[in-house]
Amino acid sequence: MRRYWPHVWLLLGVLVFATPIYITLIGSTHDASTIGRGDVPLLPGSHAAENYASAWLRGGAGRFTVSPAWRMMLNSTIMALCIAVGKIVISLLSAYAVVFFSFPGRMIAFWTIFMTLMLPVEVRIIPTYQVIVSLDLFNSMAGLTIPLIASATATLLFRQFFLTIPEEYVEAAKMDGASPMRFFRDILLPLSVTNIAALFVILFIYGWNQYLWPLLVVNDRNLETIVVGMAKMIGNGDAQNEWNVIMAMAVLALLPPVAVVIFMQRWFLKGLTETEK
Amino acid sequence: MRKTVFKGTALPLLLLAPQLAITAIFFLWPAGAAIWQSLLQEDPWGMSSEFVGLRNFTEVLAQPEWRGAAYNTLIFSSAVAILAMGTALFLAVQADKSIRGANIYRTLLIWPYAVAPAVAAVLWLFLFHPSIGLVGRALNEAGIAWDYKLNGNQAMLLIIIAAAWKQVSYNFIFFLAGLQSIPRSVLEAAAIDGARPVRRFWTIILPLLSPTAFFLLVVNLVYAFFDTFGVIHALTGGGPGKATETLIYKVYVEGVQNVNLGSSSAQSVILMVLVIALTAVQFRFIERKVHY
Repeated sequence: MRRYWPHVWLLLGVLVFATPIYITLIGSTHDASTIGRGDVPLLPGSHAAENYASAWLRGGAGRFTVSPAWRMMLNSTIMALCIAVGKIVISLLSAYAVVFFSFPGRMIAFWTIFMTLMLPVEVRIIPTYQVIVSLDLFNSMAGLTIPLIASATATLLFRQFFLTIPEEYVEAAKMDGASPMRFFRDILLPLSVTNIAALFVILFIYGWNQYLWPLLVVNDRNLETIVVGMAKMIGNGDAQNEWNVIMAMAVLALLPPVAVVIFMQRWFLKGLTETEK
Repeated sequence: MRKTVFKGTALPLLLLAPQLAITAIFFLWPAGAAIWQSLLQEDPWGMSSEFVGLRNFTEVLAQPEWRGAAYNTLIFSSAVAILAMGTALFLAVQADKSIRGANIYRTLLIWPYAVAPAVAAVLWLFLFHPSIGLVGRALNEAGIAWDYKLNGNQAMLLIIIAAAWKQVSYNFIFFLAGLQSIPRSVLEAAAIDGARPVRRFWTIILPLLSPTAFFLLVVNLVYAFFDTFGVIHALTGGGPGKATETLIYKVYVEGVQNVNLGSSSAQSVILMVLVIALTAVQFRFIERKVHY
């Protein structure tokens, strides 16, 4: 009997973890009045199609109007992709410069990038917002993504990896007369594919889940992202809210990043453990 | 530093340019502006400002609201860290016992990591809402007056649960990896010497796991300080009253809603010092890990 206890505890853990998602999934298949009455359903209802159609095509109605889910998910996808790709590209380039070149100011550049670790957007909310406004980036996808793509973590990760590349590779490339950019493209990039994939998974989730920054720099409904839009629909949490549509919206908001973690689990685990080294 | 490098100065500077430009414009400049503004006081109409030295800081630190927010942050962060790490360690120890099932359980437990903090808050709201939530209603029917919108302690409890739920996955992954890297032979030797499982846990497993635990503690605190803004904003808005207003949330309220730049900047600078301290601790520890 004793060897079953771990499984009992783990299954209990899994159950507790899944409960909020399960309730939300079930809730998104019932009509507003069933949920509003408080008869909390535990089995799926028959209103899934219309709830998801409302969320997808209409969005939030009434007091807490938000854009339709298709638009918000599109915005979230663009934002997440821009942030993930942007961070990877500029980090690859700067790590390459710092590791494979010797030039005056190398250490200053490295430490400048390193310092961004200590300045998360949450601690410089207002001045960063002022910069966005003065650069006329308020209410734009550029304003939403560019300030978030500087990344010390990604640069450190690539730097760490580049340092493990044998000297002989560089020597051979130089002997063959390959230009620095040719070496980068034909040797370094192919070797970095695993690291890029792992980092992409982590950064996509990071980008998709942004909350404070979109809340600050976007008030145009056409640029609304789904995480912020969904939370907006809650308002003050009144029982009269359209909870069925909110629940459908919550499911849509968490589906893409959760799918990424589950289907790209190997990359996810690699990315998570590598970026924290 | 490598021995063989490419020549040239213009090319590497060009490669660094995008990252450095973004860092300068969106990180260093705003951080500098925060420090500068924290030394100024604007008149109520925002027409002029005068240099007031450290007055904003002394005022902020003396404010009962700021101290309240600091206290809330302390309670919230330590509760999130303890709950998320305790649960994760317990589950990881169980998963480590079943060698074959460990990976399956990991798959079943890691996905909350991907859920946005604001969405996590809403998921738990569906359980703990006083009139539509499963648990919330059950509590009220059992005679416990549960309403997170009226009771500050209940609101705090709810944001702690939502924030910790999301972080357990992360801790679980690292604790499981840490446990799996403990040599079986050490544990077997202890077992042969007659050490019971509980004793083995406290005298062998836990000490060997302490570097992981310490690293996770820093990560969890940083998470609770900065990444949980969405949980609070979506769920309680800092309320009821100011019961769930943390330091980050207060910077937001002060700067965005009250437009009190001097005070908001001074609070930002205090938080920056906090992050720098935490980052320094984290890197000192990582340095040690490398030298082991």
